[in-house]
Amino acid sequence: MHNLLKLENITMQFGGVVAVNNLSLEVNEGEIVSLIGPNGAGKTTAFNVVTGVYEPTNGCVSFEGKAIVESYPRGKMRKTYAGENRGAYHKRIVKTPDKITKLGIARTFQNIRLFKSMTVLENVLVAMHMRRKSNLFTATFMLNRKEEKEMRRKATELLDKVGLLDVKDELATSLPYGKQRRLEIARALATEPKLLLLDEPAAGMNPQETDELTAFIREIRDEFGLTIFMIEHHMNLVMDISDRIYVIDFGKLIASGVPAEIQNNEVVIKAYLGVSEDE
Amino acid sequence: MKSKTIFKAIDIVLLLAAFGVAIAVDLVMPVGLPATVLKKGAVFAVVAVSMNLLNGFTGLFSLGQAGFMLLGAYTYAIFSIPLEARASVYYMQDHVAGFLNVVELPVVVAMIAAGAVAAIFAFLIGLPVLRLKSDYLAIATLGFAEIVGAFAKWEMLGPITNAPNPLVNYPKFSKVTTYFVAAGICIAIIALLVRSTYGRAFKAIRDDEIAAEAMGINLAKHKMISFVTSSFFAGVGGAMLAMFQSKAQANSFNTALTYEILLIVVIGGIGSLSGSVIASFLYIACSEWWLRFLDTPDVIPGLTRNGFRLVVFSAVIMVIVLFFRRGLMGDKEFSTERLVKGSKQFVKDIQDRKARKAKEVN
Repeated sequence: MHNLLKLENITMQFGGVVAVNNLSLEVNEGEIVSLIGPNGAGKTTAFNVVTGVYEPTNGCVSFEGKAIVESYPRGKMRKTYAGENRGAYHKRIVKTPDKITKLGIARTFQNIRLFKSMTVLENVLVAMHMRRKSNLFTATFMLNRKEEKEMRRKATELLDKVGLLDVKDELATSLPYGKQRRLEIARALATEPKLLLLDEPAAGMNPQETDELTAFIREIRDEFGLTIFMIEHHMNLVMDISDRIYVIDFGKLIASGVPAEIQNNEVVIKAYLGVSEDE
Repeated sequence: MKSKTIFKAIDIVLLLAAFGVAIAVDLVMPVGLPATVLKKGAVFAVVAVSMNLLNGFTGLFSLGQAGFMLLGAYTYAIFSIPLEARASVYYMQDHVAGFLNVVELPVVVAMIAAGAVAAIFAFLIGLPVLRLKSDYLAIATLGFAEIVGAFAKWEMLGPITNAPNPLVNYPKFSKVTTYFVAAGICIAIIALLVRSTYGRAFKAIRDDEIAAEAMGINLAKHKMISFVTSSFFAGVGGAMLAMFQSKAQANSFNTALTYEILLIVVIGGIGSLSGSVIASFLYIACSEWWLRFLDTPDVIPGLTRNGFRLVVFSAVIMVIVLFFRRGLMGDKEFSTERLVKGSKQFVKDIQDRKARKAKEVN
């Protein structure tokens, strides 16, 4: 098993706040890896670094063995940098989120971000735009009918797989919450990713919906040959599904390992439950 | 399924009927208010649709339309004035630019050139400006339009632009039908673009930039495509407006023109191409024709006088903007099917209400 995604010494500093501090982790091909931690621990920030939304202050992210994001303290940060490993990186690689998606990393969002004015089918079709072969001219003058048909067929197939086929012509925002989450995942799958990043996929779901989601995530992993890296708070889901777990607190990695190890790790329990004074 | 094809057929018949009206007006009364309204309406429809592509479909709030129209109008005029007429047009200048003595383009080529020049400027200005968002983009493009206007009036450029005098004597469309065909082609191309996979990408950017980028849509590239295409057709529209006004002068392509077009887009519905087309004809008909009787003093003695129609017109606009917040069409396109279904629903609603009231009374 070789690693698909690798974060090395990622530090993300906003002004004086170090949101992610010297984080290193690996996600191997075919695994389901979870990133957990208390609120404000820097989980989503780490995702945003991987997907190119933020340029890290220091560190390197590589995907399939190639650096996709790399940076070192520059400008104002040269003086105010509070992280570690200063001077370890000299290159600057900044890829925009669309380029990173094209390489094969897709994501969903913590607060659902569907295209409001579009139907369910159109939401998926938008994600297929990136892999088009047509250009502006052929697309405008409908010389790409075959491709367009193929796109629609694929999108319909995908919606069938995730169980949204019956609502494909409805407005995306008119769907119930659980289905909107599913649609977000379907839309991410439409970009033909190798790695899928899920940002709190079970947020706001009841236990039954969460169980369904667990099965669903396994299903798509096997069906599409995916590797999954997710942030989640529902411990049942995390312990049930993850091959490995990383725990961060205040931006720092505090533990990593298989679910059984994490469950009994004292540092993790402390971070989550806090320590009472008389102990 | 069958009724759908019937409705589609009616849509096509209605579209052909619009061209039929143009032909009929050409035959029956080639000069007069209806002809003027239809010509100007067609010109404004092109520009409004092009603005809607940018503001309504891509969510880029730009106010540079008049600037691009001016570029188009001047380009068209400069290149299409017949060689033998050039001396009489540029008689105020002590010399004219060398290429003006040799280049004369046919009408259609000059119109495409008008669009191309506007598009090139849009590309250049777009590189820095498209990084801006919402109001800032509006301010920057508005500034650009003002600068273009100032340059067109600059005497140093007189050998090319004939500043500060207008450009005249270039070939014009004389028939309403020609205006309609030209406008129809432009609008059809924009409609096709909006319906293509690129159109979906534009709408995605409008709905949520961050999500669009995460779905692999290159924001800079797609915004640029939308901006350049929109400006191309604004340029062509500018050329058509120059034809309609039979003189090209910087003063008539001012900020007020941009606002008029923005108003049309808002009235028609932001994100509805057919709405923009319908609204531009209604707007022009209202301002130029239907309210004209208010300009005669004896309609209501002591109140109506020359210019009074504009007062009423402004009031009408305010009412529309207040009560049709989302414009005539919202973000939907016109179709007979929707019209029939909508009116059926409307009748049903009224009947329901009546029935409920009757029940309450009992």
